[in-house]
Amino acid sequence: MSRHQAVRNMDWHDALDEDQAYDSQEDELSAEDRAYLTQGTLDVQAALGVEASKVTVAQIEESLWYYYFDTNKTVDYLVKKFINPPQKAAPAVKKSDGYLLQKDCPAAAPIKPRQSFSHLFKDLPWGNIPKDRETVFIAPQMPRMGLLGGSSSAPSKMSKLQQLAAARKKKADERAAQEKFEETRTQMTELSVKEESRTKENIPIAGQFGKRLKTSELTAEGRKPLTFDDPERLGHRQPSPQEPPQSPPQGLETKSIAVAGAEDTVAVEKAEPSAFAQTLFGPGLDRSIPKLQDLSPMPYTGLPPSALEAFSKPSPDDVVLAAQAKAGKKTAVVQPKKKGASSADAVTSDIKGLKLEDAPLPKSRNLDVLLEFENSKSKKTASFVVVGHVDAGKSTMMGRLLLDLGVVDQRTVDKLRQEATNIGKSSFALAWVLDQRSEERARGVTIDIATNRFETDTTAFTILDAPGHRDFIPNMIAGASQADFAILVIDASTGAFESGLKGQTREHSLLIRSMGVSRILVAVNKLDMVGWSQERFDEIKNQVSGFLSATGFQVKNITFIPVSGLHGDNLVRKSTDPAAAWYTGATLVDELENSEPSVRALAKPLRMTISEVFRTPQSQVSVSGRLDAGSLQMGDALLIQPSGEKAYVKSLQVDEAPVDWAVAGQNAVLHLSNIDPIHVRVGDIICDPTKPIQCLDTFSMKALAFEFLMPMQVDVHRGRMHAAGRIEELTALLDKVTGAVVKKKPKIAKPATVARIVVKLGSKVPLEAGQRVVLRSGGETVAAGLLE
Amino acid sequence: MRLSKKQTLEAIDADTGVALMPTEPEDMWHAHNLIAIGDIVKAHAIRKVNTESVTGSVKTERVHTDLVVNVTSTFFDPAASSLHVSGTVTNENAYVNIGQYHTLDLELNRPFTIWKQDGWDSVALQTLREAVDDEKADATVAIVMHEGLANICLITDFQTIIKQRVESSIPKKRSSAKDTAGGLAAFYEKTLATLIRTVDMNNPRPMLLASPGFVAQDFRAYMQSEGARRADKRLQRVAKNAVVVHSSTGYVHSLNEILKSPEVQATMRDKRFTNESRLMDQFYDRLRKDDGRAWYGVKPVEKAVAEGAVGPGGGVLLINNSFFRSLDVPTRKKYVALVDKVKEDGGEAKVLSSDHESGQRLDTLGGIACILTYPVFDLDEDEDEEGEGDAEGAAGGAAAVI
Repeated sequence: MSRHQAVRNMDWHDALDEDQAYDSQEDELSAEDRAYLTQGTLDVQAALGVEASKVTVAQIEESLWYYYFDTNKTVDYLVKKFINPPQKAAPAVKKSDGYLLQKDCPAAAPIKPRQSFSHLFKDLPWGNIPKDRETVFIAPQMPRMGLLGGSSSAPSKMSKLQQLAAARKKKADERAAQEKFEETRTQMTELSVKEESRTKENIPIAGQFGKRLKTSELTAEGRKPLTFDDPERLGHRQPSPQEPPQSPPQGLETKSIAVAGAEDTVAVEKAEPSAFAQTLFGPGLDRSIPKLQDLSPMPYTGLPPSALEAFSKPSPDDVVLAAQAKAGKKTAVVQPKKKGASSADAVTSDIKGLKLEDAPLPKSRNLDVLLEFENSKSKKTASFVVVGHVDAGKSTMMGRLLLDLGVVDQRTVDKLRQEATNIGKSSFALAWVLDQRSEERARGVTIDIATNRFETDTTAFTILDAPGHRDFIPNMIAGASQADFAILVIDASTGAFESGLKGQTREHSLLIRSMGVSRILVAVNKLDMVGWSQERFDEIKNQVSGFLSATGFQVKNITFIPVSGLHGDNLVRKSTDPAAAWYTGATLVDELENSEPSVRALAKPLRMTISEVFRTPQSQVSVSGRLDAGSLQMGDALLIQPSGEKAYVKSLQVDEAPVDWAVAGQNAVLHLSNIDPIHVRVGDIICDPTKPIQCLDTFSMKALAFEFLMPMQVDVHRGRMHAAGRIEELTALLDKVTGAVVKKKPKIAKPATVARIVVKLGSKVPLEAGQRVVLRSGGETVAAGLLE
Repeated sequence: MRLSKKQTLEAIDADTGVALMPTEPEDMWHAHNLIAIGDIVKAHAIRKVNTESVTGSVKTERVHTDLVVNVTSTFFDPAASSLHVSGTVTNENAYVNIGQYHTLDLELNRPFTIWKQDGWDSVALQTLREAVDDEKADATVAIVMHEGLANICLITDFQTIIKQRVESSIPKKRSSAKDTAGGLAAFYEKTLATLIRTVDMNNPRPMLLASPGFVAQDFRAYMQSEGARRADKRLQRVAKNAVVVHSSTGYVHSLNEILKSPEVQATMRDKRFTNESRLMDQFYDRLRKDDGRAWYGVKPVEKAVAEGAVGPGGGVLLINNSFFRSLDVPTRKKYVALVDKVKEDGGEAKVLSSDHESGQRLDTLGGIACILTYPVFDLDEDEDEEGEGDAEGAAGGAAAVI
């Protein structure tokens, strides 16, 4: 009698189901799992020490996946399998019946306890087995599939796939196989009574309980530690010597697997069911396992296999008991989660989700993102836009900054310099760090916003390097809309400053102010060209601060720094040039650190403007942009406007690291699922489906006029989005300070006046009250203001 | 459009029927402007006729006949340049009874005759004069583009036809530079393919390429290299003759900016659309000065005209031709009277084509505007105007317009 019997008894429908379920899981090794895998691999390598060289990374990863990222088990397995392979013993085990083997197998190559106390137990079946354990058998064994997870002591006959599938099957069958479950539960409860007394002194079993709780906690809390408000549950928690360093992957089915894996840590009970036992219990028995783990911490593991036979039908009492236990257990399962009810729903939907083989929706963890954000001790984040007249040296300065901060290495810059010299533009080498497009390089001018990031001790910064040329102001507006503060770069060399002041220096300052940026650092660049002349610096300072305060910046929010972008003076390090000794203030980076980012609209409904759409290995549709308001997390449903299509967050990244959530102010990359790429365009808005943003084609706004305003054709810019439209009418002229109506239906609004105007667009675009829009006409910014 | 050989423009009086022969697609647009609701139109028609024989069998026939209809509505499709005129039949014949509805599809090279309900007024005659004018320049092709968007337009004397809009998403900078370059190349390819498909390039015609930044320039280079690659002489010639102009966006309304640019002014000075565009710019300049000499909107303009302020020496009335199209008769008469009054006073009345960008600009102002000979400040009845312009503005500005 062998596995053939089991195969014959197999329920084919279930088998098919589980295969499919397995497949769908296999297909998407989520970014998170990958992260665990990487982390786990490192841990395992560390644990193995010198012997790490004997195993390949692939082997480690395979075993980690196999053991659900349990480093200890993986180490054991690897040691056993590859480093100190037990001679002969393992093959012998595989051939014989596990149950018999436990009793009379000769002392196989003894395995030294390596990692923890529990390994003593694991070794037991191979050596001198204590009397009381000889006949112990795990009742809720899966006869066909064997054990999951695997201890180092009980070699499994199952393939990894089978084990995984078995766990899946348990979940999937859980509700369907109600009858069989009742039946077996009765048997369990009946038998567990006998075990009660034993539980008290049997530490391993108690440990097992603790372990179970531990695993489920980990599952619930995810990677971010939560504050637990449930001391009772914490009290139950036993210090487990074998605590996995990383939590297992999220989701219910994984949890059940993890729990099954935890059972295995109690070494003795790990035995492979004998063929005899398999025949006895049949394949149906394993269905009870999921419920058992839900049900109670009762240790029925010592159950003699034959005992089960006696209780094939539940007694009335047992039915009641089972129901009570079930009810009680349900809350126990739910407790670890933060939001009880919703996570129970999530559990239900997850189970349903298992049956959707094709495209399972990403699972939400239902985190309280704002709380997570408060608790997270991460650095503060800030983004700043670099603006200024064309050829003021914005890109070069940022290239130098990145080089000095070590974000870009000297070798890269040398390579760029070589390339730049080849086409006779050697001075552009630093700018090429950010200007990567071939046209930008060929023409020596930034065309589109370049994004880069660096970190100081306190803050993680995002650089938005804006183009200075007037033709690319739409791109600059896109950048400014994502920024907390701005660096205005001014070319101090003779003539250049004056032309800049007439040109984009002025327009950019107007724009960033009207986009809501209030803090501005003025980098007076190329001062080395005028010999670090203090007079020149002061002259520029006077003029610029004059018009900046006229633009609406408060004097305390304006800081002037003399810099040399090409050489890096006063960027990261103080200038060493003796001619520049008169400047005693802070460097640019210091000033950046001192700047406090503006307050984020965390509690408002989610709004995110898409600044880029691209394709990644994670998803067909990945979008990046800054969250203007609100927060989101993995698994959330989103609405894309104006297309009105729904999508789900498959995974997300902030600052190129995979995370579970993102909040307003962060620049995030979202990997979306369940949406066609044609529905997602640059400039679209991602919002909360329950509080969607409206798509409008006519709106009224309070506009500050920079030029004459009259009914005319304009371009409407809001972040990345821009659309053609026209001013339909001027409703009223308003008082600048009080906002009271000065004149109704004016024919024209003069520069520097505030008017309420009605704008009509050619198509519907997502807009809402309180947003800042810029109106441009004929290549000039004519007005900016707030939507009403 | 040709007038029938028997007629001359001078001989047309109020009640004559005018027989016209459309010869070019644009003539349909003129016909659209000529035919108003209530007019009588006679044209060739194809009608489906059901005949029932004595035995009861029904036979359907398509018969060619001439029908005369009293126009109830017109429909003009600018992209296809086709005009459909619906109305009730006024002359009975063997197939149609009086009062039955019929829609005439006016066709090229098939004559039609128009009788105006209230006779030929000055505006209608002016339109007719323009319609039968032989001296027509070739249509100009203009491609207004920015990264990822191209509008292919055909600018004729009377219309700006947007032939096709090409949109394509170009990867932004995040991805590697190669992606962006590839995206741009795909965009150019798509634009060129669309251009060749939608615009007849066989006759040499002027072409404008306009964009912010370097897109237009790059597109021209792409056309050139593509012409060389395909050994397509025609494409090479087109690319060589294309004029690259700067515009601030790729939207169609940038055409105004383009038509203002010195490159275009130099080559197309005498074209009607450049004149119209220039006139609109003059109006906006006056409006910016706020000297009381530029007014827009129906009421102020009516007042100004009634006062005789749109007179000789700079007075211009700008009015969209949509005002004379498909409006009820009294309104149309009112505007015709306005035009006549201005002409009588010695001012200039310009009927702008609402299908041009200048007409679109005028449309944002309510479709009617005027430049006055002398400043008037209280045309805006609600409030008094805090005028800053004074008498010298009037004297100095007199020569400025036209």
